[in-house]
Amino acid sequence: MKPKSPPRKKRAAPARVESTRDLADLQKAVWGLVSQPLSASNRMRPRTRDGRSTAKAVGEIVKPNDRLTSFERLEIYNRMYWFRVLDSLYEDCPGLRAVLGDRRFMRLAEAYLQKYPSRSFTLRNLPARLEKFIGEEPRWTRPHTALCRDLARFEWAQVEVYDGAALPLFTVEHLRGADPAKLKLSLQPYLQLLEVGYPVDDFLIAIKKREALLRGDASNAPTGVRAEKASKVPRPKRERCAIAVHRLNGRIYFKRLEPAACRVLLAIRAGQPLVRALAAGLPARSADGGAAMAAQVQGWFASWMQLGWFCQR
Amino acid sequence: MPANPYNGYTDYGIGLGLRVPHYDHILSEKPTVDWFEIISETFMVDGGRPLEVLDRILAQYRVVQHGVSLYFGSADDPDREHLKRLKALTKRTKTPWLSDHLCWGSVDGTYSHDLLPMPYTLAAAKRTAEKIRMVRDYLELPIAVENVSSYTEFHVSEMTEWEFLSEVVERADCGILLDVNNIYVSSKNHSFDPYDYINNVPHHRVAQMHIAGHTKFEKYLLDTHDHPVLDPVWKLYAHAIRLCGVTATLLEWDDKIPSFQEVHDEALKANQFIAQAREAKIPAPKKTSRARAR
Repeated sequence: MKPKSPPRKKRAAPARVESTRDLADLQKAVWGLVSQPLSASNRMRPRTRDGRSTAKAVGEIVKPNDRLTSFERLEIYNRMYWFRVLDSLYEDCPGLRAVLGDRRFMRLAEAYLQKYPSRSFTLRNLPARLEKFIGEEPRWTRPHTALCRDLARFEWAQVEVYDGAALPLFTVEHLRGADPAKLKLSLQPYLQLLEVGYPVDDFLIAIKKREALLRGDASNAPTGVRAEKASKVPRPKRERCAIAVHRLNGRIYFKRLEPAACRVLLAIRAGQPLVRALAAGLPARSADGGAAMAAQVQGWFASWMQLGWFCQR
Repeated sequence: MPANPYNGYTDYGIGLGLRVPHYDHILSEKPTVDWFEIISETFMVDGGRPLEVLDRILAQYRVVQHGVSLYFGSADDPDREHLKRLKALTKRTKTPWLSDHLCWGSVDGTYSHDLLPMPYTLAAAKRTAEKIRMVRDYLELPIAVENVSSYTEFHVSEMTEWEFLSEVVERADCGILLDVNNIYVSSKNHSFDPYDYINNVPHHRVAQMHIAGHTKFEKYLLDTHDHPVLDPVWKLYAHAIRLCGVTATLLEWDDKIPSFQEVHDEALKANQFIAQAREAKIPAPKKTSRARAR
């Protein structure tokens, strides 16, 4: 019987690319190395996720040249990848950054991107699953997890509002001949309705004002004076809020909603006929026989029509 | 030869990349510009300010779409949702041709958002060409592939980058977006002669050219698009124009973006080379065939 030869060490990637399968294997191997998190000093890590020497793994795939080792050549891509995706999240999440501080935010972002790397052709969608991740792994945001979840939702809502679809407006003309009992309204796809546990809208406005002050956008005061005035924005206290994030003339706005108004809008969004949507949001009885409530509801709808929130189905 | 099948038989002159810091200037001042190149992904959205701006630009200017995430060189199949959105945008812009990069950047649906270099092998060229054909057939538009700047070479490569590019475009029967700055950057990073590159690609397939600035580090060059075009790149561009004839040319300036006027003035420097080429009445480049066996 032939003695068994010792098992050959698995190569990091195929030695030749002679088929699409080989190409896929090579790309998987390179991507595994390029997407490895950076070290604390923002360099490529000396060990791979499975404990191999990174230099050895890279050396099997990448040629060195007369100035750079294989490791150093692939490190350029490793660094570019992480700088690009982290910068993108950093830009999209000023509120989360303000709560956690830059260092903790970066740790959260890195952990998030390892678990949920981009699955979209556009960096726009990078924060799409951040709220979910914060809920799944609260250790990155403790003790502010609830606030951070609200902020992640709120900041993602702004991305959606910025370039979400707008359909042709619903006008009073479209009410002609409609059966009031069956009438259904539709909300603009870009409109985002949020029920949150913190006043994240006020917080974010304060953060943006502070950033503008630090940049000097709205003041000619010397930098030192600006920094003094731009004191840190305190973390918001718990307060249930309903917020509509919407856009007007290409700009994003936040509008506080009364809880009942938000319930009505959410029911409309869920496809309920208007009659049932109103029933979902409004109290069944009121002391004055509903007169005050009727005026209030009329005011809501007038405002929503003016803002163009209703669209044709 | 300004017009060829790979740029939809157009003669577009000198273009600029449409970038956010210049939106207000362009929309209010309406400067004279031959054409704008847009990054497709920026406008593959459902609505909002990006499409409002685009529609206003389209009302005044010719627009060509340039993409960064088709990843012709990735082993996996093209993403159908991506293609659907891209096609909808091409209907809106009426782009005469569409360009993206000769690179890979996604693995099993995970995106790197980077332009990763190809292994230069025949199998990789075949797969890349197959994907270019799929995309072209779906979009029903001429496609031009752009050579990327790179910082890494693979042991498995069997040919030079320009041989690989030629192999791909001949197999796919598509155009080339010849990025002269990228050729220069890669030539320094991989120690080859950039003139060899330009001399040996099929000139009749060049649909468009890119010029840009780059940054010198101690041991390599980085394609940063944050500077004016450097002299050696202009020289290379002049050489490319002599070989390919007058070609639609675009200046890329994507970081530390100066005023619109400064970017436009830099781009218009290309005119002197184009004027020389027009005066010289350079004949259309001859069709070349690959030396390598299929």
